[in-house]
Amino acid sequence: MLAVSVLEGRAVPLRRAEVDTDQIIPSAWLKRVERSGFGRGLFSEWRDDPAFVLNQPSYQGATILVAGPHFGIGSSREHAVWALLDYGFRAVIAPSFGDIFRTNAGKQGLVVVPLDSADVDELTDWITDEPDLAIVVDVEHGRVEVPARGWQRDFAMDDWTRQRLINGWDDVGLALRHVEAIDAFEDASTTPSLAGLFDGSGHLV
Amino acid sequence: MAGRTLYDRLYDEHLAWTAPGETPLLYVDLHLVHEVTSPQAFDGLRIAGRRVRRPDRTLATADHNVPTDPPATPVADPISARQLDVLDENCREFGITVFPRGHENQGIVHVIGPELGVTQPGMTIVCGDSHTSTHGAVGALAFGIGTSEVEHVLATQTLPQERAVTLAVTVEGELRAGVSAKDLALSIVATLGTGGGTGSVIEFRGSAIRALSMEGRMTVCNMSIEAGARAGLVAVDDTTIAYLLSRPAIASRHDRDQLVERWRSYVSDDDAIFDREVVLDASQITPSVTWGTNPAQVVALAGAVPDPEELPAGPEREAAQRALRYMGLAPGTRMRDVPVDVVFIGSCTNSRLEDLRAAAAVAAGHRVAAGVRALVVPGSHRVKQAAEAEGLDRVFAEAGFEWREPGCSMCLGMNPDQLAPGQRSASTSNRNFEGRQGRGGRTHLVSPAVAAATALVGRFADPREVA
Ligand code: SF4
Repeated sequence: MLAVSVLEGRAVPLRRAEVDTDQIIPSAWLKRVERSGFGRGLFSEWRDDPAFVLNQPSYQGATILVAGPHFGIGSSREHAVWALLDYGFRAVIAPSFGDIFRTNAGKQGLVVVPLDSADVDELTDWITDEPDLAIVVDVEHGRVEVPARGWQRDFAMDDWTRQRLINGWDDVGLALRHVEAIDAFEDASTTPSLAGLFDGSGHLV
Repeated sequence: MAGRTLYDRLYDEHLAWTAPGETPLLYVDLHLVHEVTSPQAFDGLRIAGRRVRRPDRTLATADHNVPTDPPATPVADPISARQLDVLDENCREFGITVFPRGHENQGIVHVIGPELGVTQPGMTIVCGDSHTSTHGAVGALAFGIGTSEVEHVLATQTLPQERAVTLAVTVEGELRAGVSAKDLALSIVATLGTGGGTGSVIEFRGSAIRALSMEGRMTVCNMSIEAGARAGLVAVDDTTIAYLLSRPAIASRHDRDQLVERWRSYVSDDDAIFDREVVLDASQITPSVTWGTNPAQVVALAGAVPDPEELPAGPEREAAQRALRYMGLAPGTRMRDVPVDVVFIGSCTNSRLEDLRAAAAVAAGHRVAAGVRALVVPGSHRVKQAAEAEGLDRVFAEAGFEWREPGCSMCLGMNPDQLAPGQRSASTSNRNFEGRQGRGGRTHLVSPAVAAATALVGRFADPREVA
């Protein structure tokens, strides 16, 4: 996954609450079997509208998305994270996030930054007035800064996620270090598996 | 010391590896796979030269984008066809049992797991789909995961997983006649809000939950995710055991008695303490319908579209205003005056035999209103066969409903069953997000009985209106 420790960039104000993953990437895009190319589908239902914020020239090249509460609720589709990353976003700042979205983001190196509503509102107003405002997301110290305003806020991130983001660690590789523990667990488990239940064509034996 | 909740017990029993400061690895007993969220995970395995650790704990079915036309009809959309083929190829390559389109065991992944009996109490179950919470109805810890996690489970049969917060949703009293598990589920989501369950695993408790059938419990657990919860659970009782013993994967087992004895223990201790509890009175719940673009925006069927101006200023009011613009509804409009274009009876929320019976009981002897398209999409081939054995297909056909092949269908509109822009549906599915059932489509979530009544009247209708 992408390693990320300090991110400096411009931010886009989305000004929407409860943005679900169907909005982030509509299901028509989910038929692809690849992992890339989803950026074109990002918020695609809204992108026809010339007034939509992502269509404004002043926000081109921004790497941070600032959104309302409960960002990424709904479906488990990791395609939402792939779409945000493929479009060029590296971090999302919002008051709260859907659980599965947050996990998926952590697997791919998209930084999820929870801040208080009032702070998100303040930030949203600033970047609305000043699209060029530089924002710093410091994963290492769990801090968001707006140097031009002398503003900084801490955000919560568990240490394990932080380590993985900074080092770009692959979870599967990490887990396979513990394969002996997994073997031992399996040896002791009596929970039925599917062995012997279906024949080679999937019919019950 | 206080007792343990069912969730804590399931979590503790599946810890395969722990170390201070690192996220524990939770063992996965059953991994369900479908065509949409798996291709990139199998690709990841190939790139890393990894195999599937436990093909015998992995089961795949085609459901999300299968057409609901007869199986002989080719898949018209080449990208969907490719995705379905890729599922078959991946399963063959990695030795996984798969139920392709038209197979006797094929159906929506959350319908076939419990119906076959591969979903059992005490298990951990994951799937690359958020409504995996459905399987919690049998007393299993079941939750949705993303594609990277699918790859993780394929490769290691484990998942890094922190302990969740426990939330008891206790529903006491009796549901009134004509009020279904779906109405209860909508009320719970409305009470908690879309984020109310974030970080939590919900255990549904209380006399109203105990009184539900397994199908009803699945409907309630299914919608846990709409309140933001990771999973929903119902403790094992006689209803669970009776249901499971009649399942094909269990009926033939020699160790049934031992299994049953173990299953019975999957309950929360009497003195277990939950981190939070929310209590609902079942007798207050009425037939319900969503008015907006998230599943917490619920109103009584007998009620009217709410006025966003009455909400506190801020994101919630703005979301409500945006929702009403999208839905093309004015505040104060009575729901019963709102006409619909399409009625969809299906999805992992409401496509089991009991749901189809409830809808057929309303439809019997009536006709779908002029100008309304009504689809019935059974959750699986087994549901379809059982319904046909009872003659439900004929009841629907005579009333003017389309009787289709199993799949997710219009729940998410990845197959040809979609709403056209501006069309309004009454749908028994679980999400009314913008564009969910087709670009520009307007979705209202309802129970199967309300959906059937609505199809007959052409406006949102209470089943008692058409009796
Ligand atoms: S029926 Fe709908 S919610 Fe259920 S698995 Fe299919 S797409 Fe997901």
